[in-house]
Amino acid sequence: MTLTGPRKLWASLDPRLKGFVILGLCAFYPLFDQNPAHLNFLADACTFILLALGLNIVVGFAGLLDLGYAAFFAIGSYSYAMLASGQFNIHIPFWVMLFVASAIAAIFGILLGAPTLRLRGDYLAIVTLGFGEIVPQTFLNLSQWTNGPNGISALDQPVLFNYRFGLQTLPYFYVGLALVALAIVVVHNLQDSRLGRSWMAIREDELAAAHMGINTTKAKLSAFALGASFSGLAGVAYASKLNLVSPDAFQFNVSIFVLSMLVLGGMGNIYGVIAGSFLLSSLERFILPQATIFAHDLGFSQIDFSNFRFLMYGLILACIMLFRPAGLFPSRQRAAELTAGKTDETIAAHEQSMYTEAIE
Amino acid sequence: MSILALHGLTQRFGGLVAVKDLDFQIEEGTIVAMIGPNGAGKSTVFNVITGIYRPTAGSVEFNGKVIQGRKTSDIAALGIARTFQNIRLFAFMSALDNVMTGRHSRMRATLADALVRTPFAVREERLVRERALEILRFCGLERDAHSFASNLPYGAQRRLEIARALAGDPKLLLLDEPAAGMNPIEKDELIALIRRIRESGVTIFLIEHDMGLVMRISERIAVLDYGEKIAEGPPEAIRTNERVIEAYLGKPA
Repeated sequence: MTLTGPRKLWASLDPRLKGFVILGLCAFYPLFDQNPAHLNFLADACTFILLALGLNIVVGFAGLLDLGYAAFFAIGSYSYAMLASGQFNIHIPFWVMLFVASAIAAIFGILLGAPTLRLRGDYLAIVTLGFGEIVPQTFLNLSQWTNGPNGISALDQPVLFNYRFGLQTLPYFYVGLALVALAIVVVHNLQDSRLGRSWMAIREDELAAAHMGINTTKAKLSAFALGASFSGLAGVAYASKLNLVSPDAFQFNVSIFVLSMLVLGGMGNIYGVIAGSFLLSSLERFILPQATIFAHDLGFSQIDFSNFRFLMYGLILACIMLFRPAGLFPSRQRAAELTAGKTDETIAAHEQSMYTEAIE
Repeated sequence: MSILALHGLTQRFGGLVAVKDLDFQIEEGTIVAMIGPNGAGKSTVFNVITGIYRPTAGSVEFNGKVIQGRKTSDIAALGIARTFQNIRLFAFMSALDNVMTGRHSRMRATLADALVRTPFAVREERLVRERALEILRFCGLERDAHSFASNLPYGAQRRLEIARALAGDPKLLLLDEPAAGMNPIEKDELIALIRRIRESGVTIFLIEHDMGLVMRISERIAVLDYGEKIAEGPPEAIRTNERVIEAYLGKPA
């Protein structure tokens, strides 16, 4: 297929630039729609895109199944709540906290990673699941520092050159876009690097990877740390916008929600993950409430589709598994892995023909 | 000077003695084969050399340095590369990426280089890519550079494993049954490839069941039976060695 004109130009662009172009276009969105609810939704969607991109490093690139990713989101959010509020009277600026919180989350990523290095697949998933339960419980029970179930409120508002964000949504939307842009660049850089290649090698065959001189311990820990650092960023953005953190925002369903974004969009593929994340966020915050209003208008006043959201996730994931097992926009690898049966057959056929040749 | 020296190497798994008191040296620049019936402990020797197992007793010296007990990745970085008995390629990475991964231990880009894509990392990536393409050409795989490893025909997969191993500029190359499942034409190509590799200055230590190939290519042969070395010498001597014949065919009645 030969492409012409603008399509050819588009195809030849560096994927990072493509991301910038799309995000740049998104930046004009508030010119057309100033509805704070919509902007609020978009800012939250950016938070979840950050989470999905971070989890994608761990699960999509390095192949380490992590079912407790919300724990790092909680750690990022609570870092902001404790270090930028009246809670301990520490007021580190928002912009500094972005770095501090991602560093704290990365350290916890290493702490979780270190004891689980020997585990793979289901076993790793169970340990991370436990970690995901322990962290919000800890925040709940350390009530002398975290106010327990009430959470920490009245967090500092970001200030940029004397401009106070306050309780508006527009600046958070732009912060979200900027963080997503940063994340896209970083993830692309990682993917094309020596480190990115060693993650993929570990995902494919850990023993062979070690024989290439890859220090699998270091590579896996860096995947955990970098993945967690993204949720540190997401946590700061989320906590500052909501102005409140409480343990119930980081339950198991958040981990699953983010993982579902990867499965829906296409694990390992950056833009697939972003699309999956955006679709699921819109489903939860936008499509289901709209469908409910629509149903009410039609006279079915007792239906509330938002109550069906887990049913909907289940249905969507089941359909994905049946019809597009590699996700909506799969990476080349995933697509091939999930059709692997066929290639194995061709190899088997080749071997068969070889043996018959040899016998003849 | 010998590039690899095994001294009194013993590997026990519970009650099973897989390798027993093995002494063996390999001279630099030679092609050496290790043969023996199934289960004789040949692959275990490879696994000990590359650091998968820590030997129960004895030592492994590479270029005069004791390496047993070190991490597999460190041993690879010292210059020992290997292929596997059952192919262990990175199935869903391109042939080129497989070979580039093989060069991991010769690359210097750090995490920080990767994050911000420094000019150093970009240049290194480009050089490694060029080198990997060169190695693919050397192994006759240039046309397959962008196919997934799993989509290559069987013989090409075996050669890709060798290419991946060569990418780290090893001094010693361990080949675990490189000719397994190959047809006669593929075997001839393999022999030519192994000779070319040796000419480039790499010492080769191989395990092989195909006697024709072993006799044609090796300068020295060691024979293992039940974990013990029962013979060692040039191919002509091994061919007529009584203990070897006995190990393969049984005692005359």
